[in-house]
Amino acid sequence: MTKLHVTATVNGDPVEFLADPRESLLDCLRDHLDLTGSKEGCGTGDCGACSVRLDGVLVCSCLVLGVEAEGRRIETIEGMANGAELHPLQRKFIENAALQCGFCTPGILVAAKALLEENPDPTESEIRYWLAGNLCRCTGYDKIIRAVQDAAAEMRGAN
Amino acid sequence: MAKDDTGVRYKLIGTRPDRPDGLDKVTGRARYGADISAPGMLHAAVVRSPHAHARIRGIDASKALALDGVKAVVTRADLPTGLTGEDWNLQENTLAGEVALYDGHAVAAVAATSKLIAQEAARLIQVDYEVLPHVTDVDAAMQPGAPAIRPGAADYSVPEGMHPNVVKQIDFGHGDVDAGFAAADLVREHTYKTEATHQGYIEPHACLGQLGADGRGEMWVCTQGQWYIRRMCAAVLGIEAANLRVTPSEIGGGFGGKTTIFMEPLALALSKKAGGRPVKLVMSRAEVLRATGPTASASMDVKLGMTRDGRVTAGSVRFRMQGGPYIGSSPVGEALSCAFACYDIPAVHHLGYEVLANRPKAAAYRAPGSPMAAFAVESLLDEMCRELGLDPIDTRLKNAAREGTKASYGPTYNRIGFVESLEATKAHPNLKAPLGPNQGRGVASGFWFNHGGETSVSLAVGEDGTATVSVGTPDIGGSRASIGLMTAETLGIPYENVRVNIVETGALGVNEPTHGSRATFASGLAAVEAARQAIATMCRRAAAEWGIDPEAVEWRDGAAHPAGPNAGKFPPLSIAEIGAKMGSTGGPISGHHEVTAGGYGASFGVHVVDVEVDPETGRTTILRYLVVQDAGRAIHPAYVEGQYQGGAAQGIGWALNEEYVYGADGRLQNPVFLDYRVPVASDLPMIDTVIVEVPNPGHPYGVRGVGETGITPPLPAVANAIAAATGARLRSLPMSPPKVLAAIKAGRG
Repeated sequence: MTKLHVTATVNGDPVEFLADPRESLLDCLRDHLDLTGSKEGCGTGDCGACSVRLDGVLVCSCLVLGVEAEGRRIETIEGMANGAELHPLQRKFIENAALQCGFCTPGILVAAKALLEENPDPTESEIRYWLAGNLCRCTGYDKIIRAVQDAAAEMRGAN
Repeated sequence: MAKDDTGVRYKLIGTRPDRPDGLDKVTGRARYGADISAPGMLHAAVVRSPHAHARIRGIDASKALALDGVKAVVTRADLPTGLTGEDWNLQENTLAGEVALYDGHAVAAVAATSKLIAQEAARLIQVDYEVLPHVTDVDAAMQPGAPAIRPGAADYSVPEGMHPNVVKQIDFGHGDVDAGFAAADLVREHTYKTEATHQGYIEPHACLGQLGADGRGEMWVCTQGQWYIRRMCAAVLGIEAANLRVTPSEIGGGFGGKTTIFMEPLALALSKKAGGRPVKLVMSRAEVLRATGPTASASMDVKLGMTRDGRVTAGSVRFRMQGGPYIGSSPVGEALSCAFACYDIPAVHHLGYEVLANRPKAAAYRAPGSPMAAFAVESLLDEMCRELGLDPIDTRLKNAAREGTKASYGPTYNRIGFVESLEATKAHPNLKAPLGPNQGRGVASGFWFNHGGETSVSLAVGEDGTATVSVGTPDIGGSRASIGLMTAETLGIPYENVRVNIVETGALGVNEPTHGSRATFASGLAAVEAARQAIATMCRRAAAEWGIDPEAVEWRDGAAHPAGPNAGKFPPLSIAEIGAKMGSTGGPISGHHEVTAGGYGASFGVHVVDVEVDPETGRTTILRYLVVQDAGRAIHPAYVEGQYQGGAAQGIGWALNEEYVYGADGRLQNPVFLDYRVPVASDLPMIDTVIVEVPNPGHPYGVRGVGETGITPPLPAVANAIAAATGARLRSLPMSPPKVLAAIKAGRG
């Protein structure tokens, strides 16, 4: 199938790539742009390991076609830290031991950041339902929820 | 909450520093199985049987090979013949020979210049199948008239007259069971069933393999054990182990399911056929669910005798388990051994059958066999406690195994912490939380042997006094941190000055995988011994510099000191000072330890769950959850808690939602996460933990291993809680809403 030329911005940088129309945005990020932080756990939008922001909207990049990214703004885990300075969520995930294998972690961090931008003071229940689309098989979620609460409190204090 | 009865104080052990691989894992930099590529790389796809049982009449790959970009096709004809035993099982499971034995069984593989071309080529490979009758249920597979899956596969243990699908019988016990039942005031017997579940790691299997015409190759792979990958691939392909160098990637979960091979030899065989170009092979989620890992399904009869005051007088079990179409894949032996392991029972009898079925080859899953056994035994124990009006924790205390008890599976227990765990449970505030209508509380215990195994670790002192530790057990949940803590504690240097690397197969002696809850125990033990060896060398270097006897030097706080006033007065020599001069004082300083580690200590846990059951829908909500478990010693308590919480969550999923659903055609109906429903964040509450610490005398810091026991108690604990909430006793998993609702309605009669 003829490949299409796609231009977009990823984490603020202009990018261009050639996408087979059948390829997902996740495939394009990983295979054409070498951004392998977003993971494929299912390819059907059930696990959230591929979560990215598309023009600010939280999406499963396995359910978006690469060619749909034309002219759009994409944010991935690779853009979450500000240079060497980690986002509070990233720091709190390490401090709270909120990851074991770490494979779901990029998607959960991207999703949690979107939550805190929308709702800086979520209840435990709101965090649990927001992250219900991000599967973690290792932790039982306890320490993930606490890390999000901890980061939210720190971010509220900083504002 | 840590309880330490030894009073030993450590500087680092028991603290909660950041894990050394944390930064890579929160920034997306950590490289997992599918995250690397190589120049000239090809992509592979696998053709899988759509039938549960079918003779392969022929495979026509001509259309696929005619497609531009296709470089190689591999079928069973490309693999060597003459393998026997488990090697044959592994080869047969990698690629079907004459018969496809389950839905999803690999039949052929293709490599091409892109993923899309490989997938298209796989669709063009034509397989001519003759569909055969199939059976997927363990009880049905034993019935007369069930299709014989592999006649002649049974071993010597199976009595004559049993169905040929019964391939192994296990029979052991001790004491006079009949006398025990005769002495009981209450004897009860029931049958329990558990469905197969999948480990459900979020990272699908992935590898990048390269094999030349000279039989030398390399592999990058997500695995729990790089040496197992090496040995199994070498056996399946008929190459020498030393010629295959296997490097483990970061691993996105395993839980036992990544201790074996599934498709790795295909990448190597394709590479060899394609002129040695590297081949990347990544499974889809559907492939993971259809063709890897699941645990066995089980059908279990349990009989217990109990006195009026709660003493268990005898127990017997008869377990039937299927683990797919190959002998030796089901954990029926482990299940039998775990069944009564928590208790000191005068007479026990265990009888087990391994049964073949048209399902994927089972792999290990967290405490293999123990959760099923616990579901059966702990459910019946709970039922009998209710019937006799006995407290479930006091009854367990009355029968608890302790130091010196002859375990139901044979050995005599060393120091163990089951009694301490039960007492800590009794004291926990969750036990006093009030319960409302439709709510109930369930208690259950769990056991795992733990494991030591083949272990080889090296440590090297740097020129600046830092230390590098090379270990062979992939870090699946924080073991770099725990091994780093133990090494730093032993050397007396900061945690940050130790780097723990997971190394490839050429760098150490053979290591078993990260399995059996052994990584922190065995690699930790070997790292401590390696550090002690380096310390002895450093003490000799200091003695030489001071001109005193090496025995007159002692090591503390990261430095050599004269041992007492008689040794002479010298300022201490730090590890940094010794390291800086090592080239001129005798050469590099390192330590190495290799051992088949014994001394692992058995692990016991107690869980308490409060549930609410919706009487309209049968849906169960977990309100409160408590895990109490003996860790021996918690090296990094946060990751110990993480193991407890993660095990509990998996057990809750097994209890309530997860199951392999087969259609009448023998095809798996739910090979996606939408339908194979693992617990999500909104399904669970916070999971409370208590770390009991009864040190294991077989480890320098008392470690027992903590990974597996936690998945065991949730199955019966949730069943016991549902029984308390509704009066309905469910003896078959999962306890999904329709089943719970039906049980409630049947109870209302």
